[in-house]
Amino acid sequence: MGNEKNYSAHNGVRRRPLTRSLGALAGGTALAVYGITRRSPTGYAIAAAGGSLIYYGSRSGNHHQSAPVTRASVLLNTTPDKAYQFWRDFENLPRFMRHLDSVTVHDDRRSRWIARGPAGSQVKWDAEIIHDRPNEYISWRSLPGSDVDMNGFVQFRPAHPDRGTVITAELHYHNFRGALALAFSKMLLKDPQFLITQDLRRFKALLETGEVPTTEGQTHGPRSALVGVLRIADPDRSLRRESKISEVFNQIRRTA
Amino acid sequence: MKAVCWMGTEKMSVETVPDPEILNPRDAIIRITSTCICGSDLHLYNGYVPTMEQGDIMGHEFMGEVVEVGAGITSDKLKVGDRVVVPFTIACGKCFFCEQQLWSCCDNSNPNYWIAEKMMGSSPSGLFGYTHMMGGYAGGQAQFARVPFADVGPLKIPDGIPDEKVVFLSDIFPTGYMGAVNCNIQPGDTVAIWGCGPVGLFAIRSAFMLGAGRVIAIDRFLYRLRLAQQCGAETINYEEVDRVVQTLKDMTANIGPDSCMDAVGMEAHSHDVLSFVDKAKQKMKIESDRPTVLRECIQACRKGGTVSVPGVYVGFDDTIPLGAYMNKGLTMKTGQTHMMRYMKPLLESIQRGEIDPSFVISHRVPIDKAPQMYKTFRDKKDNCTKVVLDPWANGVAAA
Repeated sequence: MGNEKNYSAHNGVRRRPLTRSLGALAGGTALAVYGITRRSPTGYAIAAAGGSLIYYGSRSGNHHQSAPVTRASVLLNTTPDKAYQFWRDFENLPRFMRHLDSVTVHDDRRSRWIARGPAGSQVKWDAEIIHDRPNEYISWRSLPGSDVDMNGFVQFRPAHPDRGTVITAELHYHNFRGALALAFSKMLLKDPQFLITQDLRRFKALLETGEVPTTEGQTHGPRSALVGVLRIADPDRSLRRESKISEVFNQIRRTA
Repeated sequence: MKAVCWMGTEKMSVETVPDPEILNPRDAIIRITSTCICGSDLHLYNGYVPTMEQGDIMGHEFMGEVVEVGAGITSDKLKVGDRVVVPFTIACGKCFFCEQQLWSCCDNSNPNYWIAEKMMGSSPSGLFGYTHMMGGYAGGQAQFARVPFADVGPLKIPDGIPDEKVVFLSDIFPTGYMGAVNCNIQPGDTVAIWGCGPVGLFAIRSAFMLGAGRVIAIDRFLYRLRLAQQCGAETINYEEVDRVVQTLKDMTANIGPDSCMDAVGMEAHSHDVLSFVDKAKQKMKIESDRPTVLRECIQACRKGGTVSVPGVYVGFDDTIPLGAYMNKGLTMKTGQTHMMRYMKPLLESIQRGEIDPSFVISHRVPIDKAPQMYKTFRDKKDNCTKVVLDPWANGVAAA
């Protein structure tokens, strides 16, 4: 495949922090085991130091990557040509890419993208298709003079045996120009991996079922007043207090 | 409309909320005629399942009449006026898993799939009224409900069969039946079933339907053990025996039952020491479930036998005897019920008169009494086995 290169380049970016965190994990564990087996105050201090190193190691894998991972794959229960055709009509993109308001196709290669910025504002750019191999691969990039530079690709491969189509997509946003675009980047880059995974899951649901499952706008009973106030005061804050694990999940969800 | 809302641990209340609306093309709105409280709702009532939010509408066992359908539903599938039972699992009918008949593993119906993925690796289907991790869909203990993918799940019911005979096709009858199917019953087999709640009772009936020679049922409430006996089971009151596992061996010539079913799940009770440890750990939130029954199933089952788990577990459990599981060569089968596999054949067996599922009902009350019925059901007071709620009793809509 023409873009296998992208895989190795991408892995190269990730490798360094991964070894570092593994090193910290191994070293931390060794220290902790050594410390605990000493059964002395100094031993426990060493164990504690080891513990904090383990903590650092386990965190660094998630949070200190030098470039955000913006690639995701999903398996679709449909044929590559159907998936390709739907994606190739860029005006369909806002139906599953949540941060997009609209895409207007100008001609076979050019289109205008309008994204949802903070507080109802709009961030705009024109894009052109660079590569287009029917039923296999599409890539695109923004044109000079945009609020933001972006590029991306999507690849469609048949999954064997008869398991449908594997879709791999990658999106990059960089060089945000102006206050609005910067604010947009804050929303976008909080967890780009999660965003693109969500987009692809919506794409899958849309193609397979004809709609994107949702509970947004459904009826419910009275929510807690405190939660309502906090939500207005700080939309990024996680609010479910029932358990810590759900708080973590909520935080991630808020970036979507 | 009126709806039973989860307002916090052990806090249920009947609230007046806006009527549901169609949100997607394949949605339908059902005017609910009968709805039930499920044993699994008690896990939410007791606050042991994470990702509930104040104001969530409860309930996943309901039936009623279609009053509105989305633009994506053709009249040959479903139309206004149809009388339907709604399965508690939501399935799209189009993904790989639905095509494999693994309906409760539907890949598309849970919009919050990513929460479940964090806990379980991948996400099961969306469920009605059962936490945000399972989709956050508003439930059916209400006067109306929105049903997504309504051209796949709801089963049409002909006129002339009363609600109480078919409403349990929404969950517990197929769940008990799949629990028995998962037991891999060979003609004449002995099946042990822990838990004589509604699912356990349907499992007993189903085990006999599938050819079991002998069913041994285990519980501690006399009224439930009596119901189990009426279903044809021999019974063990676990509070009266020293060790359930040994009693089962004594009853089976020291071999153990061919199949063991856990129809209890995460909030098992026992006088076993480990179960007190579980209880403490669950309160401290360092263990999510109390897997006493699962342990006993694995210990009791004969070599090469099958353990079936229709009981609900949600998280990470300790001290499971994997050594016994491995060395005895056991098979374990479990899962949320693949409803659409079983609803139609079971409706037919009801129509043929082979079973009348209404035998599990102990209480029929107006929806306004739901909060107190949760408590009665949880505390097993008043011989409570199964509560059916009438959302329209008094004949007045709240809104």
